[in-house]
Amino acid sequence: MSSTTLPRLAASRRLRLAPQRALVWLGATALLLLPAFGDEYWINSILIPTITMGLAGIGLNLLMGYAGLVSLGSAAFMSVGAFASYNLLLRAPWLPLPLTLIAAGLIAAVAGVFFGLPSLRIKGFYLAASTLGAQFFFEWLFTSYRWFSNNSLTLTISAPRLQFLGIDLRPAPGRYLLVVATTALLWLLASNLARSRIGRDWMAIRDMDKAAAVIGIPVASRKLLAYAISSFVTGIAGALFAFAYLGTADAHSFDLDKSFEVLFIVLIGGSATLFGNFLGAAFIVLTPIVLTRIVEWLDLATVFDNGVLVNVERMLFGIIIIVLLIREPDGLASLLQRIRARWQVWPLRA
Amino acid sequence: MHYFLTILISGLLAGLMYAMVAIGFVLIYKASGVFNFAQGSLVLFAALAFVTLSEHGAPFWLAFALAAALMVLAAVLIERLVLRPLADRSPLTLFMATLGLSFVIEGLAQLLMGTDVHQLDLGIDDVPTSLLGLDLSQFDLFASGVAVAMVALLSVIFDRTRMGISLRGVADDPLAAQSIGIRLPVIWRIVWSVSGIVALVAGLLWGARQGVQFSLTMVVLKAMPVLIIGGFSSIAGAIAGGLLVGASESIADIYLGPLLAGGAVSNWFAYMLAVGFLLVRPSGLFGDRTIERV
Repeated sequence: MSSTTLPRLAASRRLRLAPQRALVWLGATALLLLPAFGDEYWINSILIPTITMGLAGIGLNLLMGYAGLVSLGSAAFMSVGAFASYNLLLRAPWLPLPLTLIAAGLIAAVAGVFFGLPSLRIKGFYLAASTLGAQFFFEWLFTSYRWFSNNSLTLTISAPRLQFLGIDLRPAPGRYLLVVATTALLWLLASNLARSRIGRDWMAIRDMDKAAAVIGIPVASRKLLAYAISSFVTGIAGALFAFAYLGTADAHSFDLDKSFEVLFIVLIGGSATLFGNFLGAAFIVLTPIVLTRIVEWLDLATVFDNGVLVNVERMLFGIIIIVLLIREPDGLASLLQRIRARWQVWPLRA
Repeated sequence: MHYFLTILISGLLAGLMYAMVAIGFVLIYKASGVFNFAQGSLVLFAALAFVTLSEHGAPFWLAFALAAALMVLAAVLIERLVLRPLADRSPLTLFMATLGLSFVIEGLAQLLMGTDVHQLDLGIDDVPTSLLGLDLSQFDLFASGVAVAMVALLSVIFDRTRMGISLRGVADDPLAAQSIGIRLPVIWRIVWSVSGIVALVAGLLWGARQGVQFSLTMVVLKAMPVLIIGGFSSIAGAIAGGLLVGASESIADIYLGPLLAGGAVSNWFAYMLAVGFLLVRPSGLFGDRTIERV
């Protein structure tokens, strides 16, 4: 009997999932086809930064949301990824682009493990010091040693070429596809990791490290692995941010404010979610743009000068963050989930 | 040797200035467990308020009193609008909230009082003076005198007054303190006010040194390693940490900087020192033993 019910169960489950899966495929196709139809401004100023910063958010979320280790130096590892990929593009031109990105990610991972070493001795907020140290150290390193920027006088780096299978990826659609493809692959990697044994180990360490150690989880090596994988993802995000979004970057493109941005993305999007990072990133990217637009729309620029508006925007941004932290403790991802749950039984109430 | 001593002492004096900012952190961290990133913006806000009032002709004491009153008002608002709704949330959330708060305060400060660099003259010249055969800045000596006086005043308040004892009770065990009738919101308001006034004093000293401008908010970043070395919850530790950071920074800049590619080694050196400290003495020099080691 069971042999007859099982396939039917499976079939019904497939049926139930069908609309969602269709939506996912629709969304993916739309994302891929977008450069053909979308206009350049949207791609350059909104989509590419949102996706790359979302990817950086994934990197930090693996470390903070899943493994429970604080980092205030995400931008430092982004800069390591950016400078590593620049030097690889320059000094090892025979490497294909995907391998360059992976190698840059690995170099960032080594840096991450190094600055993650104190996590073996301490935990909690004090760990922030070590990663803050990374933040200032790398900013200093990349501005003091010109070798990293190929002795450029301005200390800036810009991609000598972005090429894959003979296709030049430098026009906007190419950069967009590079960003989307890389992010999709790393997102897949991250979501599988989070659901694998490693991810469960991380969450066990986050929730109670002593219990985790007791049930036989190798706490120390799992923590270092979290730093390595997190920095790997963050480093690749940094390379994409530098070359697919900024075009030309220097050490100060990855300053402390950028680290805080990544931290905001994780907290606003939702800790221990992956999709939420993109909501958080969209929030970070869109808020300044929307505020500027509102100012234009209300024609306030004629009443107040630019300095006033900059400060008003700064205040509003701070207020929005505080309100979000108060009202949405689990981030935008949980807000979205609640809205979805409500719509599933609409017009009734759950 | 003489040169070394001069560097060492001027570093120590600069360290006391770091300690001034760090004390504001320690007060808030002790009483409410919040790592207040907005301390730097409070320094800016207080100094800007003072300078603006002075430029409008207020005498020193009036400007100081009004700026201090402003800081108390800010403390009450922060407690009501930010801390109370976020009670019982994770330290990281509270930290992020103070980060948001720093945006608000910085925006507000510059909105109301402009973005110009203001000169602040406290009447003490920043000229070298000779003391025991060493060339030391008169201003540094004055600043360290103020720091020492402030620490003495704070420790008298904490040890001798009823309010100070309640503060220590809250720092020790918030639940027990509440159960004997100490009101946490009141304590929070007081502590944020006091550290606001400490920020005002620090802002005046730093502002007289480098002008009252946006970069004042950056001293907050220097205070972080000071706190780690000294321990988050000890005023004496903040002083000791400040001295250590100041001295080692200026020595590293002179002796280590040229060995490396140059540039300001002091930007990250203090952090590396702090990390080294974390590995050896995780609770800092004087901190409580509550920090969790693995």
